[in-house]
Amino acid sequence: MKILVLMKQVPDTASPISVSNNQVDASKIDKYAASPYDEYALEQALQVKDKDASTKITLVAMGPARVREMIMQGLAMGADDAMIIKAENAGEMDGLTVAHVLAAAAKKTGFDLIFAGSKGVDDDQGWAGIALAELLGLPLITTTRSTTVAGATVRCQRDVEGGKETVEAALPALITSGQATEPRYPTLKGIMGAKKKPIQETDVAGLGVSGDLLAPRVQMVKLDMPPARQAGRILQGEPADQVKELARLLREQAKVI
Amino acid sequence: MANNILVVAEYGDGKFKSITHQLLGEAGRLAAQTGGTVEAVAIGNGVKDAAGQLGAYGAGKVYAADDASLKDYDGASYAPVLVELVKRTQPMMIFLGATPMGLTLGPRLATQLQCALTSDCTAFALDGGAISVTRPVYGGRAVAVYQVKKLPLVATLRQNAFAPAAGGGAATAVDALTVTPVALKTKVVEMTKAETGKIELTEAPIVISGGRGMQGPENFAMLESLASVLGGAVGATRAVVDAGWRPYSEQVGQTGKTVSPTLYIAAGVSGAMQHLVGMKTSKVIVAINKDPEAPIFKVADYGIVADAMQVVPLLTEACRQLKA
Repeated sequence: MKILVLMKQVPDTASPISVSNNQVDASKIDKYAASPYDEYALEQALQVKDKDASTKITLVAMGPARVREMIMQGLAMGADDAMIIKAENAGEMDGLTVAHVLAAAAKKTGFDLIFAGSKGVDDDQGWAGIALAELLGLPLITTTRSTTVAGATVRCQRDVEGGKETVEAALPALITSGQATEPRYPTLKGIMGAKKKPIQETDVAGLGVSGDLLAPRVQMVKLDMPPARQAGRILQGEPADQVKELARLLREQAKVI
Repeated sequence: MANNILVVAEYGDGKFKSITHQLLGEAGRLAAQTGGTVEAVAIGNGVKDAAGQLGAYGAGKVYAADDASLKDYDGASYAPVLVELVKRTQPMMIFLGATPMGLTLGPRLATQLQCALTSDCTAFALDGGAISVTRPVYGGRAVAVYQVKKLPLVATLRQNAFAPAAGGGAATAVDALTVTPVALKTKVVEMTKAETGKIELTEAPIVISGGRGMQGPENFAMLESLASVLGGAVGATRAVVDAGWRPYSEQVGQTGKTVSPTLYIAAGVSGAMQHLVGMKTSKVIVAINKDPEAPIFKVADYGIVADAMQVVPLLTEACRQLKA
């Protein structure tokens, strides 16, 4: 079975974002990493491979040259090979454009199953994965936690509001991962082995995507820091007095209880 | 293209969810500027009779797609209903809630219509014919303004970020849509319901979250008591969920839920960046933590520097007396 895992590289979630001239100040970003949901997606794919060693996992990523680092990490974790779509301006594309490019890539590599994160934690739109399923006409299962494959059927578990669900679809299908599936660490052997795994490079034109499909439907025109919250009041006295005062403030001043 | 705004209502447990009134509120505010009409559509099974109520909240035209095949939400069956309606009525904007339904239905819709999408929006502005949309990005570490280049705009609106429509208007006649059932490609084969009657975390007006400072899963009963006195829901930090003390569905933060209640009480929560981005747009924040240096105090309106295990039961009692 052939699995594609779509990966997006984003500023590390632990690092603060600085803004200058309506863009993220790249010089202040200490580290880039795979978007967490994409790491969960890769872990789900690796768990399918753990049960069926004949599974081949191909990573697909679009972006500037630095995405190679993320790809090396994914290969070290256990993916078999990768396709990098070189695009310096990937950050300016909307989700539908990204999906058109990925659809062309997926048709080229072939697949039985595609995993994507439910959203990239940079633009937080959550568009590309779902759009790709629509463009390829695939069954779509969203915000999953774990996946098993039996024959030509894929089965996913996910938490839903007020319970848990198991959802099934026939392959080929597209799955977005939306719940924490703690990704494994690469082993030393994995890191060494990654260097020998094939990485195919292409670009948007090479995939035959052009014209109207590339024109953005939405465009970011302004970027700011969020309004800072003023630190409030620390209550004084014994806990019992503080609590009484807090309840009074919440009722009389804030009027929220 | 008309200047109308189409609101996609969400119905459950015998009533329209609070997000629906918020969508109608913002749609009404914008329609007053465009000179267009607010239209609403309810999709489901048994929604037709209730749909007329949407008129009371400002919808000038109400549609209902009522069919057994639409009983449970599935993007594959709901999207075609909307695509057909949008092609017929040509709205300028389509509003959905940034809910599990809206966040998956919005992208399907924008893809099928090959038009603009903005997710989890917090503000809209109209300037002549141009629409600009404000939304948090980088998990709330920055705020972006987007310009819409290809109408219509499909937008999902953040819960509790917009004032609800006042209500009190007259009910509207409901235009029943013809539904052609779609053969679904996915199937729910198993479903376990946890407790019913619980307030959904993202809908709750009050959220009480526990962190590592709660010391163990058994102590979350204290937070449940406070939540039940205040009519709120319980949330948790990622550390608590990773430790298996609480389910993932309660996780507040970057890789969990974003909440924006009127009151957020953080008990034994240190306030890591990835937690803060999930709750810092709450109207009023209370922090209870024994470490005075905990970052949560930097965003809190009211802080108590003490052990949450001691403070929470006292607060529950104080609130109970206040509510009596």
